[in-house]
Amino acid sequence: MKILVPVKVVASLDEDFALSDDATVPADAVEWQLNEWDTFSLEAALQLNEGEDGEVVAVTVGDEQAEQQLRSCLAKGADRAIRVWDDSLRGADALAIASVLAAVARAEQPELILCGVQSSDAVESATGVALAGLLDLAHVAVVTGIERAGERLTVQRELEGGVVELLGVSLPCLLTVQTGINEPRYASLRAIKQASAKPLDVSGLEQLGLDAASVGAHAGSRTLRLKEPAKGAGATMLDGGPPEIATRIAAIVRESMSA
Amino acid sequence: MSGVLVVAEARRGELRAVSLELIGAARALSEQGAGPVSVVLIGADAEALAPQVALAGVQDVLVVPAPQPQFEAHVTQAALEALVQRRSPSVVLAGHTIDSLGFAPALAARAGLGFASNVTGASWGEQGVLAQRGAYGEKLIAELDFPGKDTVVLLLRPGAFAPAEGVGGETGVERVELDLAGSARTEHLELRDPPTGDVDITKADFLVAIGRGVDDEGQIAELEQLADAMGATLCASRPLVDAGWISAARQVGQSGKTVTPKVYLALGISGAVQHLAGMAKAQTIIAVNSDHEAPIFGVAQYGAVADMFEVAAELERQFR
Ligand SMILES: Cc1cc2nc3c(=O)[nH]c(=O)nc-3n(C[C@H](O)[C@H](O)[C@H](O)COP(=O)(O)OP(=O)(O)OC[C@H]3O[C@@H](n4cnc5c(N)ncnc54)[C@H](O)[C@@H]3O)c2cc1C
Ligand SMILES: Nc1ncnc2c1ncn2[C@@H]1O[C@H](COP(=O)(O)O)[C@@H](O)[C@H]1O
Repeated sequence: MKILVPVKVVASLDEDFALSDDATVPADAVEWQLNEWDTFSLEAALQLNEGEDGEVVAVTVGDEQAEQQLRSCLAKGADRAIRVWDDSLRGADALAIASVLAAVARAEQPELILCGVQSSDAVESATGVALAGLLDLAHVAVVTGIERAGERLTVQRELEGGVVELLGVSLPCLLTVQTGINEPRYASLRAIKQASAKPLDVSGLEQLGLDAASVGAHAGSRTLRLKEPAKGAGATMLDGGPPEIATRIAAIVRESMSA
Repeated sequence: MSGVLVVAEARRGELRAVSLELIGAARALSEQGAGPVSVVLIGADAEALAPQVALAGVQDVLVVPAPQPQFEAHVTQAALEALVQRRSPSVVLAGHTIDSLGFAPALAARAGLGFASNVTGASWGEQGVLAQRGAYGEKLIAELDFPGKDTVVLLLRPGAFAPAEGVGGETGVERVELDLAGSARTEHLELRDPPTGDVDITKADFLVAIGRGVDDEGQIAELEQLADAMGATLCASRPLVDAGWISAARQVGQSGKTVTPKVYLALGISGAVQHLAGMAKAQTIIAVNSDHEAPIFGVAQYGAVADMFEVAAELERQFR
């Protein structure tokens, strides 16, 4: 079957970052990684198609920074990759990204779409189910198990406290995949070399029949400003090297336990 | 054409605690001028649960019977689509919970509503509703507005808003019949409880919690020894459980256990929202993390920027 896997390349902030004077995040304070959840959704797609003829297509909405991670998806076994970008998409929220992914999905017509539950930088937990809404697809969020029998999937939905709901859902549908569902593979060196021969299409909004205004109209919110959390209420910091810190912790533990 | 619509949440016939926090937040918005508060309950249990949400400050409770007893995301989505269209609330409040993640983004995307998830603060002013949420993995706070949106859906983080209390005298209960037949697109098969494990970490007074600062399974043994030496029980964040290095019974957080020990010593845990959901109410939280920006320092009483293994080795020496 054809499976579309939207993946996000996420920004993780350096330990010593500071906001710039204009309250934006400086480019050199950011490291780029494949969103942790998307390593699990990609693996789930690869496993579902194992031994079957089908296609796994990884798609990202991201600038050139994202390309290396998209290649890593190809190295792990995705057949094809698509990168969509337009500078107007910088800082776009989940609903705007979903509208771009919807255009890709309409062109690709996958039988299954596997998103991650959330992206570790934005923690919106919204793009996948928003995409399903736009496509009018059946969907299940926070999935920790997928079994397929023909057109029917039996999935596990993970609830609070580790309770699991077993559900039946028919293809075509969209699932958001939770960590721990499988063991994501690493790419072999050979596969990494071969990945450079696999197709990676780069497209702008126009090719998808979109423009900045139509995507912007889908946005659910606008970021007015970023600020640093109030630190005052935070922890009393213990100074010194490991021995001093350990001594202080030991004292705090003894005192708190006897209180 | 105004007001705050609260989507109360229930599971297995019981109202979930977040519902009262939603009502608390709705009441605050209402006092700032957002209009009256209505609470909607969707599902087979709706009628029975209505009295529990008929609190002071709630104008009316809408009871929407559903065709199936369990929560079903598409049914809830269809019901809310219809209610939003009929009533045009200014704000719809639901929890940032597993159930809501299944319908709220689709609801907002399809109807072109304003939307923000994981919201930790909300206020009402001249420009309508404003919201706050974490950004860049909780290291920053983003302030959001919703220009041009008549209805804004906010998913509020559980625990971030004070719960409402006080029984309402004037609250009306209205049964709203919606045509929801055929809107379900998944079939409920069963609910499974997590297996009971080897330990009950919720009973421990002193927990040593380890996270992804541990990057090798071989390091677990020395941390077990540390917990033993200190008279503590070992627990962990989710990645160590996902990796199969530690049993699921020891997982703290939203999808694991909620613990309230006297002391919670967190080693190499960043403090993601879903982890905090399980331990923020511990009496004394001590965090050791090599990153001085780690969000865990925001909830800890005591913190140290250090290598967890160096501190662990020193601690073991002192407690042995
Ligand atoms: C629906 C849902 C449910 C979830 N449920 C849970 C749950 O129940 N429990 C849970 O924990 N998570 C849960 N998560 C996952 C959660 O979002 C985080 O991914 C997870 O909590 C991160 O765990 P961590 O802090 O150990 O790892 P990381 O976030 O990777 O943090 C590791 C930390 O260790 C520090 N570190 C690294 N090396 C060292 C060292 N040598 N010394 C000191 N510090 C070091 C780093 O600075 C970093 O802060 C859930 C997620 C979702 C979407
Ligand atoms: N820019 C993007 N490009 C492709 N997929 C994305 C993008 N942003 C989010 N997603 C998908 O949506 C999921 C949830 O992300 P979020 O809604 O941002 O928490 C991710 O795991 C991806 O599957």
